[in-house]
Amino acid sequence: MRMRTVEISVGAFVLAGALALTFLAIKVSGVNLSRSADSYVVKARFDDVAGLRLRAKVSMAGVTVGRVSKIEVDMEYGEAVVSLEINGKPGNLSADTGAQILTEGILGARYVSLLPGADEETLAEGDFIEETQGALVLENLIGDLVTRLGSS
Amino acid sequence: MSEAAARDTAQDNLIEIRDLVFRRGNRLIFDGLSMNVPRGGITALMGPSGCGKTTLLRIIGGQIRPDAGSVLVRGEEVTALTRGELLELRRDIGMLFQTSALFTDMSVFENVAFPLREHTELPEDTIRDLVLLKLNAVGLRGARDLMPSQLSGGMSRRVALARAIALDPCLLMYDEPFTGQDPISMGVVVTLIRRLNGALGATSLLVSHDIHETTGISDTIYILDQGKVVAGGQPSELANHASPRVRQFITGSPDGPVPFHYPADELAYDLLGGALA
Amino acid sequence: MIDFVRALGDRSLERLASLGRASIMWLSAIWGLPRWADVPLLIKQIYNVGVLSLVIIVMSAFSIGAVIALQFYTQLSRFGAEDAVGLGLALVLLRELGPVVTGLLFAGRAGSAVTAEIGLMKTTEQLSSMEMMGVDPLRRIVAPRLWAGVISMPLLTAMFNVVAIYGGMVVAVNWLGSDVGNFWSGMQDSVELWNDVGKGMIKSVIFAVVVTWISVYQGYDTEPTPEGIGFATTRTVVISSVMILALDFILTLSMYGEFK
Repeated sequence: MRMRTVEISVGAFVLAGALALTFLAIKVSGVNLSRSADSYVVKARFDDVAGLRLRAKVSMAGVTVGRVSKIEVDMEYGEAVVSLEINGKPGNLSADTGAQILTEGILGARYVSLLPGADEETLAEGDFIEETQGALVLENLIGDLVTRLGSS
Repeated sequence: MSEAAARDTAQDNLIEIRDLVFRRGNRLIFDGLSMNVPRGGITALMGPSGCGKTTLLRIIGGQIRPDAGSVLVRGEEVTALTRGELLELRRDIGMLFQTSALFTDMSVFENVAFPLREHTELPEDTIRDLVLLKLNAVGLRGARDLMPSQLSGGMSRRVALARAIALDPCLLMYDEPFTGQDPISMGVVVTLIRRLNGALGATSLLVSHDIHETTGISDTIYILDQGKVVAGGQPSELANHASPRVRQFITGSPDGPVPFHYPADELAYDLLGGALA
Repeated sequence: MIDFVRALGDRSLERLASLGRASIMWLSAIWGLPRWADVPLLIKQIYNVGVLSLVIIVMSAFSIGAVIALQFYTQLSRFGAEDAVGLGLALVLLRELGPVVTGLLFAGRAGSAVTAEIGLMKTTEQLSSMEMMGVDPLRRIVAPRLWAGVISMPLLTAMFNVVAIYGGMVVAVNWLGSDVGNFWSGMQDSVELWNDVGKGMIKSVIFAVVVTWISVYQGYDTEPTPEGIGFATTRTVVISSVMILALDFILTLSMYGEFK
């Protein structure tokens, strides 16, 4: 009889552990098993991506539509090439979509915001977004301001 | 039993030890020890505390390897056996430890059943019958559901004895079976050792320094001193032994060739406080 | 001076020999289990080291989660970033505190118990008598305890994390009034399955191996006296704790060092 209690509690223990792991996976890390299957990558060139991290979110009209999947630098033009993993099938972004790097809150994380275009054509896998605006770097802004104040 | 086997039983020694040398650190425990344990009898090994009697049992069981010499058990060289062969050999050896060594997390019944469960594929019914028979032999059938912590010293030694004979071993080794027992349970243990030896047709090897009980039940006695066997024979022969050391041990006089005092300066000198030094 | 060097050499040799003995014990015990007949032994040990550690793990987890949430909240609210409490809590727990604190508690609760139990078995000659019965104590005593530890601790760590996150949520949401949606979505946005949850679990498995190994070995190698058991138990807790903290640094460095 005593052995039975032991067996049952060990079973419950293992079950609780497995449940905890599932909870961590789904509720905490927000795994969505179908997401990675249905996505495609478009690229964008920025003159400055300061502060943008891998896996930062990509949003449109404030709704998250994808993630930053790769950040490289193109030495020839001195530009950053950012790969954006967009949820859904190719065809949901028009060809003249714009991209800009914004900041969440004052000290918050950088993210990529997409500006909707009006073109009939759409972006395909691996296409580049033409209209981009890089990150606003505080030091540059202050530097600008100082020069203008000095010259006026 | 065939005729040949019967003759073997009568003639052979179950254990033969030759020129055993064993060191622990810098201390020489055995220095060329040789002895025989004849089949079927009760052999006792006596000697002052700390002379390595328990160590000898462990060497026979293959738990410790000696530095030199040979140890034959059933004609097998223990010192040369592989781990697997040793485990095999030990099934035929029952050993009663000084502290009884019952498994504290199992009941009396499970303790006795342990060797049967580990070494046989017997069905549960048979194991139950065997365990009850063994417990009955030591008079503790009624205590089967107790835990070791609920047993008195004498009872736990008897349970340990039942466990040691669970697999019907051909060799039984007892490590100080009389120590720390009240007179009644000591009497019980003495009777049990003698009775079990007869009933199982086993050979018993007994390590002890209790003269009275040991001489009472043993067929052969060896006396160990300073790493060697200094005397061996039947109990009656030893009392009249030539060596004064042996006689002192047998009669138990406090002073003699083995001095009462640990080596020290003269008492008077010491009491004057070594101030002179 | 010569004496000192000699003593040092002596000590080092001793340590080395003991490490060697521990490795041999570990290897032979790890090979020793895969037999169906031994499963009940394993279950009993999971009960001893896992189930019985549950209360202390759950209680500590709740208060640790609550405290971290409180600290994060008071600091972050100065920047108006209370929404990051859930994220910060989850990352700190999953990557560091979960495995480490579970490991420390496990060493104190289960590790010391295992050492004392095996040490007592050795002192009362139970291990010797088992050996004399032709049963290998490595298989019968040591192996189930090793496996039970390695199985139980990651499960305990997962439970620790869940309870701690829940404790943090109680403080941040129910008490201090940050938004429950932000609490979870901040977490889900930035916590990654492999990088945070997975690597934390790997840490926990490594700690489990180290702690159970130390506690079983200390018990098995105890000097068979009552003081010996006391010393061995203390050593288990001390060595395990130091090893967990040191290993954690090394693991963090190699897992997150380049911010992969």
